[in-house]
Amino acid sequence: MSSRELILGRIKAALGDTAVPEVTRDYRPAAGQEPDIELLIDRLVDYKAVVHRSDDVAGVVASLNPGRLVLPPGLDPSWVPSGATIVDDEYQAEAVLTASTVAIAETGTIVLDGSPDQGRRRISLLPDLHICVVRPDQIVASVPDAIARLDPRRPLTWISGPSATSDIELNRVEGVHGPRNLHVVLLGGSVE
Amino acid sequence: MRIALFVTCLADTMFPAAAKATVQLLERLGHEVVFPPGQTCCGQMHVNTGYQDQALPLVRRHVRTFAPYDVIVAPSGSCVGSVRHQHAMVARNAGDAGLAARAEDVGSKTYELSELLVDVLGIEDVGAYYPHRVTYHPTCHSLRMLRVGDKPLRLLRNVRGIDLVDLPDADQCCGFGGTFAIKNADTSTAMLADKMGHVLETGAEVCTAGDSSCLMHIGGGLSRLDSGVRTVHLAEILASTSSSSEES
Amino acid sequence: MTTFLGMPTTAPRGVGNLRGDEPFPAAAHKALQDGQLRRNLGHATTTIRRKSGAVIGELPDWQELREAGSTLKANTMARLPELLDQLEANVTAAGGVVHWAADANEANEIVTDLVKATGHDRVIKVKSMATQEIGLNEALEAAGIAAVETDLAELIVQLGNDKPSHILVPAIHRNRAEIREIFLREMPGVDPALTDEPAELAGAARRYLRETFLSTKVAVSGANFAIAETGTLAVLESEGNGRMCLTLPETLITVMGIEKLVPTWRDLEVFLQLLPRASTGERMNPYTSMWTGVTPGDGPQNFHLVLLDNGRTAVLADEVGRQALHCIRCSACLNVCPVYERTGGHAYGSVYPGPIGAILSPQLTGVEDNASLPYASSLCGACFDACPVKIDIPSILVHLRNEVPHPRAEKAAFGAVAYTMDHPALYTRAQHAAKLSRHAKKLPPPLNGWTASRDLPEPPAETFRDWWAKR
Repeated sequence: MSSRELILGRIKAALGDTAVPEVTRDYRPAAGQEPDIELLIDRLVDYKAVVHRSDDVAGVVASLNPGRLVLPPGLDPSWVPSGATIVDDEYQAEAVLTASTVAIAETGTIVLDGSPDQGRRRISLLPDLHICVVRPDQIVASVPDAIARLDPRRPLTWISGPSATSDIELNRVEGVHGPRNLHVVLLGGSVE
Repeated sequence: MRIALFVTCLADTMFPAAAKATVQLLERLGHEVVFPPGQTCCGQMHVNTGYQDQALPLVRRHVRTFAPYDVIVAPSGSCVGSVRHQHAMVARNAGDAGLAARAEDVGSKTYELSELLVDVLGIEDVGAYYPHRVTYHPTCHSLRMLRVGDKPLRLLRNVRGIDLVDLPDADQCCGFGGTFAIKNADTSTAMLADKMGHVLETGAEVCTAGDSSCLMHIGGGLSRLDSGVRTVHLAEILASTSSSSEES
Repeated sequence: MTTFLGMPTTAPRGVGNLRGDEPFPAAAHKALQDGQLRRNLGHATTTIRRKSGAVIGELPDWQELREAGSTLKANTMARLPELLDQLEANVTAAGGVVHWAADANEANEIVTDLVKATGHDRVIKVKSMATQEIGLNEALEAAGIAAVETDLAELIVQLGNDKPSHILVPAIHRNRAEIREIFLREMPGVDPALTDEPAELAGAARRYLRETFLSTKVAVSGANFAIAETGTLAVLESEGNGRMCLTLPETLITVMGIEKLVPTWRDLEVFLQLLPRASTGERMNPYTSMWTGVTPGDGPQNFHLVLLDNGRTAVLADEVGRQALHCIRCSACLNVCPVYERTGGHAYGSVYPGPIGAILSPQLTGVEDNASLPYASSLCGACFDACPVKIDIPSILVHLRNEVPHPRAEKAAFGAVAYTMDHPALYTRAQHAAKLSRHAKKLPPPLNGWTASRDLPEPPAETFRDWWAKR
């Protein structure tokens, strides 16, 4: 008997004639309601991300003096400041500029899904500065709204603020292995 | 209203003042209190220590004794919790569906004192007078098994002359837990030490609660410390009037 | 150990970390002597309770989410064979390889063989309860493979030659000053000017592990959730060490208990709201990685999933106790437990401490091997209220107490008390006898546990029923 058969047999013996209970879903479902952008900003800032409301991505990037910059292959070229130092190797990069797939207002979370304008996962992990661009139509209100939009068959990275730990006396401290600086550029806003 | 008193074995044997106060209070409010003979112990300690078989006859006795009454009160959150949440389980585990149904019925009409006063009798001001500095410890089973919420505090706030002070970290267990206090005496004592520290911080003369068992624990510790703080059951405070002589 | 093939089986002895060396009261006695431990735990648990309470308060539908989490888990357990089948098919279709491990020994063997087959002798690890449970690091070490823990708290524990004491924050028993000392003593190349500022300590770990992350070709992880419908796995973390392990190496081996399953992608909308808020007290943890099999050109190109039983089917066989398998390892029950707060996690002897450990460990091992744990609770019920998936821990504790072998003298005493209580005449006589104990300041064992720190009440002059009879 294989371990697979053994375990499945044990489970069936353990369950006997256990009835399958209904799932109760009385929580707030994905409603597609208008997300609160101010709430998103508040949540991002609360978890130590820096938020820029601007349509001039290249200008924001240039102002951050990103140093050696790595880019995903399908990034909008107009976002890259002229004269930026572009490197191919994320191991050498000091900063990364990506687009995003979904941003969740209620939790201050940005999700990347490996699309060409976001690139493979490691490029947004190794550099110390991550600049991430969010379009207004990518913002959703809640976690259920985000789940409804995402494709789980893509590699997903949910990011809520810069790398942090709660391991020392259960207090959140920013800056461990991932990018220590997260800057979010919210398009469609005119005010910096 | 005719109310059956479930005195609990602990109050009956060791803390009759709490039970007497319950009778006096309800009679003062114009109700008839009866004491069903044949009652002994609900078997909570047996169930909570892992002796459901031994508890079964006690469950049977309790259900038989109290089934004829419409409203039952006990001056103990944890004993009411056992009657309401454990008796039917013990019966079911013993394969006695009939007993389980009767136990459910008895459980559904058994109330802890503050529940009876606020929910059933609709009273928050019982006309008590108690000129002392008092802090209230909400016992775990009242709080989390029965969900009495702030009912005891609402009753206490209406007591004349009382100086009611908040207990810091009030919802933390005092460390009693029945046989836990014996089997894990060191941990229980550590919990008690913190609870007593908070009681002493309040500067209260009296620490009150709705359970004689927790009060026995806290009181036993405070007595060992020679702290001078007394433990008094909630029923005794609510039964006190300006004319009644002060007792503890 | 011989077992009936196909019958639910407990976790084997002699491997893994589910059994302590001594009963809980003895271990707790030692832990309670450590004032520094008490202060560290008190500080940490108070902090997390406050944070968690605040972010839970932000959600108007927290109770509805708990109910959904609870019913989802119950639904999953009832459909486990079908859902595991589905998971296996979807992981396989996405390029992963699924392995089944009946117990800790088999899981350790599978992982060791997989690592050996890569030709490498070092793995990086993401914090995982399942691999701690089975003692994987010890098994790898015995095979000449170094396992490097990359989670900050796990690193503190590993460098300090210590044991984890909390599910989420294994080094919760250490404060910043102690962590600094461990780093100065054990971390190669550490800056001797290191202070105990948490940010500096985190920075030291970043520098120390960076080269290891970049050069190690095999990673071992656990999983928070596995989605049957899609074959997707999810790991929630904070530091980015998880992302490093899950994306940089060539080979990824994930060890996961069979109960970690959820049926559908949509179900994550419940658990991704419950877990961070109950666990670290955050609206969302900094990083969550989700992957389905292998993604060409992105991340590990070899992915193995090891599905672990190791006693879980024995838990599932207990209709009352099986709720313990609903646990999503958030640690909220530890953080609110007055017993845990005072004894710390080591006293529980198992990698699963606190209230959840007190119900899970004895069921995984069989109650006779962890007989003292169901009693390591005052039944105050704070754990039940805090649990994001509404596991009724107090009821399961009471249930397990009914299952453990009882000391003969205790059993006789409880029988005698019950007999007396069932005979009112005997009961009344015993009440009057109780008065004889008046002025007793010390009781004989085991009751001396009471009088060591607490006075006995003075028995009253008359019982209530005597008073009532005279009215």
